[in-house]
Amino acid sequence: MKKGKGKQRRAFIKNSAYSILASLVGMEIVFANKMPVGYEPIIFQEKESLKSLGKEASLTVLNDKPWNVETPVHLLDDQVTPASKMFIRNNGLLPDRIKLEDWTLTLQGESVKSTKTYSMSDIKDKFRHYSYHLVLECGGNGRGEFYPPTEGNQWGVGAVSCAKWTGIRLKDLLQDVGINNDAVYIGYHGLDSHLSGDPNKEAISRGIPLWKALQEETLLAFALNDEELPLAHGFPLRLVAGGFPASASGKWLKALSVRNKVHDGSKMESPSYRIPISPIEPGSSVDEDNMRIIESMPVRSIITYPKSGAQLPFGRKLNIRGHAWAGEEAVKQVEYSIDFGSTWQLCNLEKPINRLAWQHFSATIEFPIKGYYEVWVKAIDMKGVSQPMVVPAWNPKGYLNNACHRIAVKLT
Amino acid sequence: MKDADLKKILVALAGLSTLLLLLVMAAIFSVVFLYFPPVGRSLENSESIEKFEILSDEIQNGFHVETGFVEGEGLQLVIANCTNCHSAKLVTQNRFTKEGWTNVIRWMQETQGLWDLGNNEEVIVAYLAKYYAPEARGRRKALQVEWYDLE
Repeated sequence: MKKGKGKQRRAFIKNSAYSILASLVGMEIVFANKMPVGYEPIIFQEKESLKSLGKEASLTVLNDKPWNVETPVHLLDDQVTPASKMFIRNNGLLPDRIKLEDWTLTLQGESVKSTKTYSMSDIKDKFRHYSYHLVLECGGNGRGEFYPPTEGNQWGVGAVSCAKWTGIRLKDLLQDVGINNDAVYIGYHGLDSHLSGDPNKEAISRGIPLWKALQEETLLAFALNDEELPLAHGFPLRLVAGGFPASASGKWLKALSVRNKVHDGSKMESPSYRIPISPIEPGSSVDEDNMRIIESMPVRSIITYPKSGAQLPFGRKLNIRGHAWAGEEAVKQVEYSIDFGSTWQLCNLEKPINRLAWQHFSATIEFPIKGYYEVWVKAIDMKGVSQPMVVPAWNPKGYLNNACHRIAVKLT
Repeated sequence: MKDADLKKILVALAGLSTLLLLLVMAAIFSVVFLYFPPVGRSLENSESIEKFEILSDEIQNGFHVETGFVEGEGLQLVIANCTNCHSAKLVTQNRFTKEGWTNVIRWMQETQGLWDLGNNEEVIVAYLAKYYAPEARGRRKALQVEWYDLE
C-alpha cells in the first residue's frame, strides 16, 4: 500500500511538481527530464537526523554523510551504554529498513562446505541465544590528537560503548553450515551502500580471523540492551566481536564469507585499520609490507564523572568514576594522578561482568591546596601493559591513541 | 557610543526580517510537503544516477552557510567536487599540507571512485592547504576547559 502511494506521488511529482519546485527554490532544475525514473531530488528525500537515528541531541556529529557520531565522554557514565548514547561509525549510507521476512543471511566462500541461506527464524529458533556485555571501540578513537594530523573522522575519546548484545554464537552457525580445514578468516557483507552510489562497490567488508570467530563471546546479534537492534546499529543482524576495532563487527549483515585466506573486502587493504609493524617517524610513509591488521584494541580508561571543568570549594572531596578495558585482555589496575603523572594512586576496580566487557573504577580524591588540577587516569592490563601519558606511536591513519584521559578540576 | 547602539538595532532588525522571511518560506514548504510528502530513497532500478543538489551560495561571517566551508578562492570547485559523496564535515574536520591533501585525493581516486579533477585539482588543493592546514600541537595539547560549578 505504501509502495503504491509512493508511486502515485512520484508520478504526480514528475508530472506537475517540478514547476512548483522550481518556483520554490527560485531556479530551474537543469536536466530534470534526465532524472531516472523513481529518482527523487535530494530536497524531497526524508532527512535522516540524530533524532531519526534514535540518538540524543547532545551527541557530537562529526559527519552526517556518512553518519559518524561521537558520545561526549561524560555521557558514557552509564555502566551499560544505552542505544541512545552509543556512538555511530558508518562507512557507507544507511540501508532502508528491510522487512524481516524478506531478509536472509547467506554463508558462502571458498572454505564453506556448501553455500547455505538462513532466515531470521532459522537463526532465532535453531540456535541457543547468548547475551554478553561487549566493548565496541572504533580503531580511530582518539585520532584527533595525532600530530601530524591523520585523515578521517577526528574522534575525541568517545567512540566507544559497552552494551548488552544478544544473539547466537558465530561458532554455532559455522558448525551448522560446516567449514573446511583450510578456513582462516570470516568476512562480512552488509546491506549498506557505497558513498559513490556504485552498486558494485561495498562500503566496508571486513571481518575477523577464525580464532576470533570461534570465541564464545563472538555473536551474531539481533538485540541490543534487550530490544530489537536499531537500524543505526545494524538491523536486523550484526556481528559483534568485542575487543577488536569495531569495524570488524559488521552491521546489516546479508552474507558471511568463510575464507581460506585473509579476507580481502573493502577496508581490509592497507592502510585501512592497519598499523606499522616496525615503528616509524611521525609523518613518514610506510610500505604496505610493513603494515599489519589491528586485532586486539589496546588498554584504555575514561573518566565519565565528573565532566571536565568541574569547580568546587577547597576542602570538598571529589569522587571520580569511569570505565577501563583492554581489548582481548582484562584490566588489572587503574590509577589516577593529580600531579601530572608524578605520583599515582590506586582506584577501586570492579571485575568485568563477562570477558570483553569494560570494568568500572572509582576513587575519592582530596586536594592539598587551592588551584588548578588535572586528574589523569591510567589503566594497566593483565600483561602489565599500561596507557602512555603522551600520544603513542604515530601511524598513517591515526589508530590506537590510548593516551591517558585527563580532566580539568579547579579548587576555589 | 550612539552609533554603536544604532548599529546594534539595525543588525537586530536585519536578523528579525531574515527570520520572518525564513518563517514564511517554511510555511510554504510545509504546505507543499503536506501535499507531496517525502518518499523514501528508491534508486535500485535507476540506470544512471545524476544528482541534483541545489545549494545556495550564501556566505555569512566568511563561511559558506550550507556547507561550513571557509570563503575563498576555489570554494565553488570544492563544493562541486568534494560534497557529492560525503558531507563537507569530513573535509572541514581534517588538516593537511598540499602534499597531504593530494594524497587524500589520490586515495579517493584509487579506491572510492573520485573522478579526475583535471586543471581544477591545483585550485582545490591550494584552497584546502590554505584554509585547512595543520597547526603544530606537539605530543599533547593543553586541555580546553569550560568551567562549571560541580553540584
